[in-house]
Amino acid sequence: MDFQLALLIDAVVAGLLLGGFYAAVTAGITIAFGILDIVNIAHPAFIILGSYIAYIVNTSFGIDPILVSILMLPAFYALGAAVYQVYYLSFEKRGQDALRGLAFFFGLLFITEVGLILTFGVDYRYVNAAYIGGTVQLGPMNLPLRMLVPFVVSMILIGALQYFLARTFTGRAIMAVAQDQFALRLMAADPVRIKRIAFGISIGVAAMAGAFLIVIQPVEPSVGREYIGRVFAICVLGGMGSLPGTVIAAMLLGVVESITSTFYGPSWAPAVAFGFLLLTLAFRPAGILGR
Amino acid sequence: MRSWTFFLIAAAVGAVVFFGAHLVVQNDYVYFAGYTVLQFVVLATAWNILGGYCGYVNFGSAAFFALGAYSTVALHKLAPMPIPVLILIGGIVSGVVGLGMGYLTLRLRGAFFAIATLALAVVLQTLIVNWDYVGGSRGAYVIRPATMQILGFTINYITYLFLVMLTLAVLAITAARAIERSRLGFGFATIRDDELAAEASGVPTLRLKLIATTLSGGLMGMAGAPFPYYIGFLEPSSAFGLAYAVNSIAMPMIGGTTMWAGPLIGALLLGTLQQIATVTISSAVNLLIVGLLLVVFVIIAPKGIVGLVQDRRRARQKP
Repeated sequence: MDFQLALLIDAVVAGLLLGGFYAAVTAGITIAFGILDIVNIAHPAFIILGSYIAYIVNTSFGIDPILVSILMLPAFYALGAAVYQVYYLSFEKRGQDALRGLAFFFGLLFITEVGLILTFGVDYRYVNAAYIGGTVQLGPMNLPLRMLVPFVVSMILIGALQYFLARTFTGRAIMAVAQDQFALRLMAADPVRIKRIAFGISIGVAAMAGAFLIVIQPVEPSVGREYIGRVFAICVLGGMGSLPGTVIAAMLLGVVESITSTFYGPSWAPAVAFGFLLLTLAFRPAGILGR
Repeated sequence: MRSWTFFLIAAAVGAVVFFGAHLVVQNDYVYFAGYTVLQFVVLATAWNILGGYCGYVNFGSAAFFALGAYSTVALHKLAPMPIPVLILIGGIVSGVVGLGMGYLTLRLRGAFFAIATLALAVVLQTLIVNWDYVGGSRGAYVIRPATMQILGFTINYITYLFLVMLTLAVLAITAARAIERSRLGFGFATIRDDELAAEASGVPTLRLKLIATTLSGGLMGMAGAPFPYYIGFLEPSSAFGLAYAVNSIAMPMIGGTTMWAGPLIGALLLGTLQQIATVTISSAVNLLIVGLLLVVFVIIAPKGIVGLVQDRRRARQKP
C-alpha cells in the first residue's frame, strides 16, 4: 500500500514536470493553430530540427543546450516568417488553405524528417550539460534536474509569451487578428505582417522546446511524430489559443501519461495522448476552458 | 460511357498489362514491383473518395491499410483461407472502423477531422503493438505457398498476388468513376464545395460522409489484406508506416483530386518512380522525392496533372 502510494506520488510529480515541458512544446501550436488558424502539422518537425541544432552546437562547442535555444531564436523566427510567407502566397491568398495547406505542411514534415535521417541517420543523439544526471532532494521525492530545468525554463517562456500577448501592442494585434482581420486593418495594422510575426514566434518557440526535448531524452528524427498527437490534443483540450488553458491541459496529459506508463507499461503511453484527443474532439471540442 | 462498359475496358487493359508482362519479362521482379504500384493505385483511389470528392483529409490511411493486413494475420492463424475471402473480410473490418471513426469525428470540420485520423492511427498501432496474438511488436510470419492453381494453370504465387491486386485496382477505379457520376458523387461534391450550403439545401451531409468514410476505409483495408502474403513478415511499424499515409495523399494530389484518373496517374507515376529510386538510390531518398513533389505540386499546380491537362485543353479551345 505504502509502496503503491509512493509510486503514485512519484508518477504525479514526474507527470507535472513533463506537463510543464509539454506546455512549451504546445505553446507554438497554440499560437499557430489556436490563434492564427494555420494547421501546422509540421510543428513537431521544427521541434526536432531545434533538437538537432542544439545537439550540433553542444557537441562541437560545448555550449549549454538551453542557451543555444535562446541564441537560435532569431534564425528560427526568420525561418517561420519565411514559411508563413510561402503559405500565405500559395494558399491563404488564393483562398484554398484548407485541404492543400494541410498537404503542404504534411509534405514539410516529411521532408524534414527524411532530410534529418539522411544526414544524421536513425541513431539516438543526446547532449551534455552539467545538470543532466543530477537530482534535487525535496522531502521524500527525488526530482531529476534533467526534468526540473526544462520545466522551469518552460514556465518562464510561457509567462513571457502570455505577457507579450496580453500587454504589448504587437501581441494584442496577434490576438486581434484571430477575431477580426478587417477591423485590424482599420486600426492601421497589416494582418499579413502580424500573422507573419506570430508564425515566426510560433516556430521560434517550437525550436526552443526542441532544445528542452533533447535535454529530457535522447532524440532521433522520427520522435517528432509522437508529438503531433500530443500538441494537438493539448491545444484542443486547452481551448484553442489560450496559453493558461494550454498549461492546464499539458499538465493533465503529462500526469495521465506518467501514471499510465508507471502502472501499465510505457508501450501504452502513446495511446493516451491520442485517445485523449479523440475523446476531446468527439465530446468536448471546445476544450476545458472553452465556452 | 456506362459504368459496365468502362469496367470491361478497364478489365481488358488490365488483362493486356498482365499477359504483356508475362510475355515480355521472364522475371518475377516485375510482379513484385508491379504489386506495390497497384497497391498504391487502390490506396490512392480509396483516399480520393473521401479526400478528393468530399474534401476531408485522411492522414490515417496507414491505419486502415494495416487493419486489413492484421485481420489477415489473425485469420491466417485461425485457419488458412483463400485470398479473395481475406480481402473481403479485411475490407469489412476496415470499413466498420471507418464508419465508427466517421461517427466519432465527422461533426468536426476540416482540420480537426484530419488531426483525429492521425490520432486514430496511433491508437490502433498501440493496440496492435500490445496484442500478442498477432505478434505484438515482434511481428508475425506468414508463409506463402510457392505456387497457385487457377483454372488448371499452375502459376507462381507472386504472379497470383499481382493478378489479385490488378483485379482490385480495376474494381476500385470503376467504383470511383461510378461514384463520381452518380447522385452520390454530386452529393460529395456539394460537401466539398460548401458544406453549410449543402446542408441548408437538404443534402443529407452526415449520411453521405459516413458512406464516404466507410467506402474509403473499406477499400484501404482490401488493399492491405493480401499484404502479409506479399511481404512474408509483418510488424506494426512497417504496417503503420508513414510512407502509406504520405503516399496515399501525395498520389491523388499530384495526379489531381477531382477525377478518377487523378489518383491512377499519380499512383502509376509516383509508384514507378519510387520503385526505380529504391533500386537505384535508396529507400529513404524515394520518400524525400515524394515529400518534395507533394509540396511543389500543391504550390505550383494545385489541380494536379489532370487539372493541368484540362486547363491546356480549355485554353486551346478558346481562341
